[in-house]
Amino acid sequence: MSGSPYAVPAIVLITVATLAIGAFGYRISRTTSDFLVASRTVSPRWNASAISGEYLSAASFLGVAGLVMTYGADVLWYPVGFTAGYLAMLLYVAAPLRRSGAYTLPDFTEARLRSKGLRGLATGFVVLIGWLYLVPQLQGAGLTLSTVTGAPAWLGAVVVGVVVTTNVAVGGMRSITFVQAFQYWVKLTAIAIPAMVLLVVWQARDDGAGRLTADSPPSFGQATSVRVRTEAEVVVDRPVTVTVDGTETRWAPGPHLVRAGSRLDFPAGTEVPRVRDGPRTEGATWARPLSGLTGDHPLFATYSLILATFLGTMGLPHVLVRFYTNPDGRAARTTTLVVLGMLGVFYLFPTVYGALGRVYAPQLLLTGTTDAVVLVLPGAALGGLPGQLLAGLVAAGAFAAFLSTSSGLLVSVSGVLSTDVLGRWSGEHGSVRDFRRSATVAGVVPLLLALQVGGLGLSTVVGLAFAVAASTFCPLLVLGIWWRRLTPVGAGAGLLAGGSLSVGAVLLTVLGPERGGWPGSLLAQPAAWTVPTAFAVMVLVSLATPRRIPPDVGRTMLELHAPDSLRLR
Amino acid sequence: MDERPERPAPPQRVRVVLAGERRARPDPARREIEEQTLVGEVLVRGLIRTQLVLAVRVSALVAVLFGIQPLVFALAPHLAETEVAGLRLPWLLLGVLAYPLIFTVALGYVRAAERNEKDFADLVDRE
Repeated sequence: MSGSPYAVPAIVLITVATLAIGAFGYRISRTTSDFLVASRTVSPRWNASAISGEYLSAASFLGVAGLVMTYGADVLWYPVGFTAGYLAMLLYVAAPLRRSGAYTLPDFTEARLRSKGLRGLATGFVVLIGWLYLVPQLQGAGLTLSTVTGAPAWLGAVVVGVVVTTNVAVGGMRSITFVQAFQYWVKLTAIAIPAMVLLVVWQARDDGAGRLTADSPPSFGQATSVRVRTEAEVVVDRPVTVTVDGTETRWAPGPHLVRAGSRLDFPAGTEVPRVRDGPRTEGATWARPLSGLTGDHPLFATYSLILATFLGTMGLPHVLVRFYTNPDGRAARTTTLVVLGMLGVFYLFPTVYGALGRVYAPQLLLTGTTDAVVLVLPGAALGGLPGQLLAGLVAAGAFAAFLSTSSGLLVSVSGVLSTDVLGRWSGEHGSVRDFRRSATVAGVVPLLLALQVGGLGLSTVVGLAFAVAASTFCPLLVLGIWWRRLTPVGAGAGLLAGGSLSVGAVLLTVLGPERGGWPGSLLAQPAAWTVPTAFAVMVLVSLATPRRIPPDVGRTMLELHAPDSLRLR
Repeated sequence: MDERPERPAPPQRVRVVLAGERRARPDPARREIEEQTLVGEVLVRGLIRTQLVLAVRVSALVAVLFGIQPLVFALAPHLAETEVAGLRLPWLLLGVLAYPLIFTVALGYVRAAERNEKDFADLVDRE
């Protein structure tokens, strides 16, 4: 347990600051345009901070480190992919999308393809992807709060859910922009400072990289006590002396059953048992790429993951909605460039936690809660006051992550619900009241899901959201912006094909039994086949329905691509 | 080439200027584009193509630089254990160098894209 007395005050401080900054936004948010797109007055610098703050979710702050700790070199593609996906957006989407003048993704869809039915379909997918991405944020909040305070897991989820819904309903995009900008800097500080301190300490103690890449599993650096929550079978490769619920026992090499709620005390230097049927834990395997820790077909899984992350970013609704807040297309490009820099700086740090976690907090491998390594590591490695202070800092950073990403997701989902569902009755873009109603619904549903659905790894669920986004909105955006011959029929067919295949694969992976071999690999990382399929369907069906090409496509393309300085319309 | 929907070609626009009359007039190229004539459309398509080619080239560069890594490490596993600057190569490449690389590529792209737009704007305003 990493109970730092500074954690709760830090979390409270962040939460209060969030509400306060959000309240400031309330005083200046009056119109629907304010709520949806901050009336397009956000400068690139603010916007870049806000986008970075919003983008760095629980998956980035906690999940990446957790993945690195368990799976090693192969999962470095997650943060690289999250960043490269932004580059893909810069290349293909940033400026044209801003120039389209649309408020939301379904807005863009209708402006480009002139089809109400397609607009409805796009709305459905925005909500689906948004919720798919929101649930792990709320669960991450629950994990954070329960890790640092021992509170029940639902409390963190509820706190974040309520705060974010309130903020968004009260001030919309305008107010959360300030919040998110502030939180990027909080997150960067929160992850960078402890990481740098830990690196220095690690070098000083000379625990050595040798331990990380040894052929044996990690061992406990000091006497460690572990409480096992659910019954599990664990395996040791060497004889181990362990005290189980107060009784000293000697474990022979092989599997041993540990009952739920039991407490294991390991002396220093003992090998860390691994979960039976779980990934192998030897250092050498961990340090090597393509070592098979993530599945049976590591090369395929790696390329599929690359595809999902590189192409999925542009399809994430909370990312896209930020483009509409820029003054013009050129600013949109510049903002994206700055964001890339900010993300790159941030992602240097989670890997440090993942690696050092194996040295200082290896018990997380045993309990399977490696997502908590960022929270646990400062206390475990440093101890005493410095450890507690830093633990408080990372807890605040984690909470900042949930608050900002959830805000962005909620604004985008509320935005489409209010314009495309409620707005039909009350005018062009829906009223402010519609937005607030939508915000409430959009916030409550994922909260209920987060409380009900069992825990999968944070980054796993986020990765699945990327796969769905890559299979639906990526083809729609890329073809819509660059190809004249896209038709609404083709776009709809592609959305349905890519969407149903990727969602189906996601559901089968999440709900179905463990599958090995090719079926398991194909379903766990579906992007490699769902994305090309979606593109192919969109292209082929569009070519087959040429009479459905919107008649004003020339004008639309002009609007998307003409340089802002010419003001051609 | 796109199939044009069946309709008669729009009449050629003829500009009639009375001698001696001086008044500000929009550039012919700009009018062509705004009025969606054939010439205008060709100009815009040219810009779109230029930008798309740029984007695809940059994508290809990134795809190659990153895409070959899994293959290289699969085919030459001893490279995965080579150490450079105290870090093993896969960790150095993906954990550290990837980010400045992506940023540099992005910077180059933004400059090139803006240059394309500026060239197009000059072309339109010059004629």
